[in-house]
Amino acid sequence: MSVSNMFSYIQGFLSADQDVREDIRKVVQVLEQTAREILTVLQSVHQPSGFKDIPDKCKKARELFSTVRMHIADLKTKFPVDQYYRFHEHWRFVLQRLTFLAAFVVYLESEALVTREEVAQILDIEVVRDKGFHLDVEDYLAGVLIMASELSRLAVNSVTAGDYNRPLRISNFINELDSGFRLLNLKNDPLRKRYDGLKYDVKKIEEVVYDLSIRGLAKEAKSEQ
Amino acid sequence: MNKRGGEGHPQKNGNVAQQCDTSANLSSPVIATFKVFQMELDTKHDKYERLVKLSRDVTIESKRTIFLLHRVTSVPDAEPLLNEADGKLCGVREKIGQIAEELRGEDIYQFHRAFTAGIQEYVEAASFQHYIRHRSLISLEEINASLVFKKGDEGSADTPSLEPRLTTFQVMPADYLLGVADLTGELMRLCISSVGNGDIDTPFQLSQFLRQIHDGFAYIGNTGPYEVSKKLHTLRQSLGKVEDACYALRVRGSEIPKHMLADVFSSRNTHMDSEEAVV
Repeated sequence: MSVSNMFSYIQGFLSADQDVREDIRKVVQVLEQTAREILTVLQSVHQPSGFKDIPDKCKKARELFSTVRMHIADLKTKFPVDQYYRFHEHWRFVLQRLTFLAAFVVYLESEALVTREEVAQILDIEVVRDKGFHLDVEDYLAGVLIMASELSRLAVNSVTAGDYNRPLRISNFINELDSGFRLLNLKNDPLRKRYDGLKYDVKKIEEVVYDLSIRGLAKEAKSEQ
Repeated sequence: MNKRGGEGHPQKNGNVAQQCDTSANLSSPVIATFKVFQMELDTKHDKYERLVKLSRDVTIESKRTIFLLHRVTSVPDAEPLLNEADGKLCGVREKIGQIAEELRGEDIYQFHRAFTAGIQEYVEAASFQHYIRHRSLISLEEINASLVFKKGDEGSADTPSLEPRLTTFQVMPADYLLGVADLTGELMRLCISSVGNGDIDTPFQLSQFLRQIHDGFAYIGNTGPYEVSKKLHTLRQSLGKVEDACYALRVRGSEIPKHMLADVFSSRNTHMDSEEAVV
């Protein structure tokens, strides 16, 4: 094979690759748009008025997730299924956001940590790689960490809204999450960097709990129950 | 906030709450799931490390092969050296076979970064040897064809029905491209040292070949991966040096007696080697 033939063969391969990336980028853009919409719906829980109708907001968010499922189904058709990691970078960010949003909804509904299986179900994707488009474990963990910082914010705002009970529950939850993450041996990668932020969230929530305790507000909240 | 953190006393309340839930934690579902994640991540990181190590071995052996091949110009008969290089490359292929074995059933793109350097170096060595032997560019298929490994031979002796497993390693086009870009640097060195040895034909052949490769890269332009455009710059420099050498040969070759050519280039040669070391 002559040199120029070889190069035009490679060039054909490269431009095919670029076309696939272009297609993926388009779908991911739409996904990001939907993710922002869901976030906007959920952000209102931080407002005093939003505390009352949390279930309503969750319902709305869950409805929006059906759009997400549709777009992800579209994304799946854009590339060969066994080349997930080749294009992973394109949707990694948005998948982490979506995991965060799913985790946040599930937390608001049931105050429990969403499992990887549940996220996969909400997004209509797989958990194991062999079965197709899946949720990478690191992306799941990154999403959970985003939720942790959102919860530390929620703890502060729930005090402002007069809900003294919630911070205590959030504190327990985050502590459990923290000890979970401590089990992991993380490499020096983006996930590790994000995990390093978790301690500040833990600290912030502890301060809120502390503020409530010395003022006797925590006890008040308990007796109310 | 700082003031409060300093006093141990007020935190007591929080601590008590924490203590009772860490004891409950050990069996909690959250901890149980994180233990699963721990295992999954550790397995992945271990595999990654093993691949990095293999890749490093591939790089080292390939580099040695290239050094060996550079000696070809200084000996009259190249064949024994080429055969020795064949032996070395066989060893490298064995390592790549181990990489392929590690990647069996995995998404190779997930671990691509672990072994890309080694593969590029192998492409460089294999294509260098191919050029010296055949004076042509090795194709991607030829490289891939040499990376087919049979496994489980001993098993088939006992159970003849068991077919020997075939493991293949597919070099990605991008890795091939980057390997070829590195090859041009080696060709430049080969050119300069062959001039030093009074070989007049090789430089002209090389400059032609390098020009073809350069045109190929120009054709690909910026459709390729990001690293390609960086290498293109180095490629231009190499081509410039080779073309200069050819120019000097043509101009001076007509007036300087052949036995003195070596002197003309020996001073150039050291100058270029020191530059090459930086790259």
